[in-house]
Amino acid sequence: MPQMTDERVRAGMNREEDLSLLHEVSMKTAGVSHLEMCIQCGTCGGSCPVAEDMDHTPRMLFAMLRAGIREEVLRSNTPWLCVSCYHCVVRCPQEVHIADVMYTLKGMAIHAKLYTDSTAPHFSQTFVGMVETFGRGYELGLATRHYLRHFPLRLPGMVPMGFGMITKGRMAIIPKSIKHIDQLTKILDRAKQLELTS
Amino acid sequence: MNKYLLYPGCSMDSSAKAYKDSLDAIMEPLDLHFEEIDDWNCCGATEYLGINLIPAYSLIARNLALATKQMNGTRTVVAPCSACYLNLAKADYYMQERPTLGAKVNEALAAGGLEYKAGTLDVRHLIDILVYDVGLEAIRSKVVRPLSGLKVVPYMGCMLPRPDYQHRWSDHEHPTELDDLLRALGADVIDYPLTTECCGGHMTQIGPETAFELIRRLISDASERGAHMMVTVCPMCQMNIDAYQNETNHFFGTNYHMPVLFFTQLMGLAFGKEPGKLGIGLELVSSRNALANLGIEVPVTQEPAAPRKKDEGLPMPRRWTKHEARKEAVK
Repeated sequence: MPQMTDERVRAGMNREEDLSLLHEVSMKTAGVSHLEMCIQCGTCGGSCPVAEDMDHTPRMLFAMLRAGIREEVLRSNTPWLCVSCYHCVVRCPQEVHIADVMYTLKGMAIHAKLYTDSTAPHFSQTFVGMVETFGRGYELGLATRHYLRHFPLRLPGMVPMGFGMITKGRMAIIPKSIKHIDQLTKILDRAKQLELTS
Repeated sequence: MNKYLLYPGCSMDSSAKAYKDSLDAIMEPLDLHFEEIDDWNCCGATEYLGINLIPAYSLIARNLALATKQMNGTRTVVAPCSACYLNLAKADYYMQERPTLGAKVNEALAAGGLEYKAGTLDVRHLIDILVYDVGLEAIRSKVVRPLSGLKVVPYMGCMLPRPDYQHRWSDHEHPTELDDLLRALGADVIDYPLTTECCGGHMTQIGPETAFELIRRLISDASERGAHMMVTVCPMCQMNIDAYQNETNHFFGTNYHMPVLFFTQLMGLAFGKEPGKLGIGLELVSSRNALANLGIEVPVTQEPAAPRKKDEGLPMPRRWTKHEARKEAVK
C-alpha cells in the first residue's frame, strides 16, 4: 500500500512509496528475473549502446524500482529505448534478466497509460494487432499505418526505399494469413484472461 | 541425410527473400533437409513481449507445440532469423525456469487443442547447424569458387550470441563462428570488433535518430577497415543496414556505400551458384562493385532513386535535430 513514512520525509523523499513495486515487476517478468539481486554496480548502463538517450540508466531505474517510485519508473523512456541487445544481460554479475524486466515495464506502462511518448507503444500495438489478425507480420500495412500516424514528414524521404522494397519483391502488398487463425485467436483469448487473473 | 524442422519466420517471405532463396540453393549440396512447421505463426518479434506476458509466450509456444507434432526422428527446430531463434529458445527456457509460466502457457494452448512440454525441442539457429552439424570441413569441400579477394566483415548481430541460455556460442561478445565459416569459403575476413553490436532493431521505426547512430557506427567502422561488404545472419540486421543506409547517410551528411548480404548468399557464390538464384541484386545498397572483386557479374537491377538535393523540388519541412526539438519544447 502506498504510504509516506517519517524516515522518507526526513530523507527528503517527498514521494509516496510502494515497496511492493520491485516484487511486482519481478513476478511479472518471464523466467526468474533476479531483479532483487541488483547490487547497483552500473555495468548495465556502461554496456548500453543507447544509454545516452535514456532518461535513466538501467541501474538508476532499478534503484527507483526498489525505492518504490512507481510513476517515475513507468514514465521513464528507458524501457522504450532498450534495443534488446542483451549486452547488459550477459555482463550483469547478478544475472538480472534486464532486457526482460524492460519488457515488463513497457507492458506496465501501457496498462497504466503512463508512457510519455506514444510512438513506441503505438508501434508495438499496431504490430501486435496485425499478428492477431493474420497470424503473421504484415510490413507494408504496419509501416504505412505507423508512419502516417507518427512520422508523416518522414514519408517523402522514404518513398525510394519503399518503392525499392516493393519492386524487388521484398515487401508484400497483400498480407498472408495462417490457416488456423481461429485456433490462434482462441489461444490468445485464453492467454489474455490468464494474464488478468495472474 | 540431415533432417530438421524449419521455422522460417515472417521476414523470409518478404524483406529477407534473398536469405530464403540462397538457403534453398545451398541445401542440396550440403545434403540438408528442412521440413517447414505446418501453419507456423509470427513469433511476436520484440513487440508482443512488451505488451502482455502470457499471450506473448503463448504465441511463441504455439509454434513449438505444432513442431512437436512433426518431430518424426528429429527434435531440432532451425530458425534462420536471430529474433525468431531467440524468442523460440527463450520461451522453451523460461517455461522450464518458471514452471508457473509453463503451466499458464499450456493452459492457453489447451484452448486451441495444443500442448508443449518445455525441453522437448532443441531450438537452434541456421549458422549453428552449418558450423557445428554440417561442419567447416564439409563446407570447404563444396567450395568451387573461393571468395579470395573479397574483403568482408562478419556481422553476427546481438540476438544470436546473447543471452545464450543454452551455451551454444564460442563467446557472447566476440563469437567467431561466422568468421570461421567465411574463411572456409576463402573470403578475406576482416576482424570486426563491433560484430555483436546492435543494428537498432525496431528503433528505425520508433526512434530513428537513435537507430541511425547505431547504424552509422557499424557501417563507418566496416568502411574504415576497408571492407567491401558486411555479411549478416539476421534479417533485421540486413534490413536496417541496407534499407535505412540511405536515410542514415542523409541524416549525418555522409556518403557510405556498404552493401550487406546474408552469409548463405556468399556460400551459394562459393559453391558456384548463379547470383540470380541467390537473391543477389535484391539488396538496396548494391553489391555489384563489391562482387566485381571476385569477377562475378551481377545483373543490373533497379537502383533506388537518389534523394533530391536540398535546393531542388518543393520546399519540405525539415526534420528537427534533437537539439532543436528540445529548444522548441522549452519554448
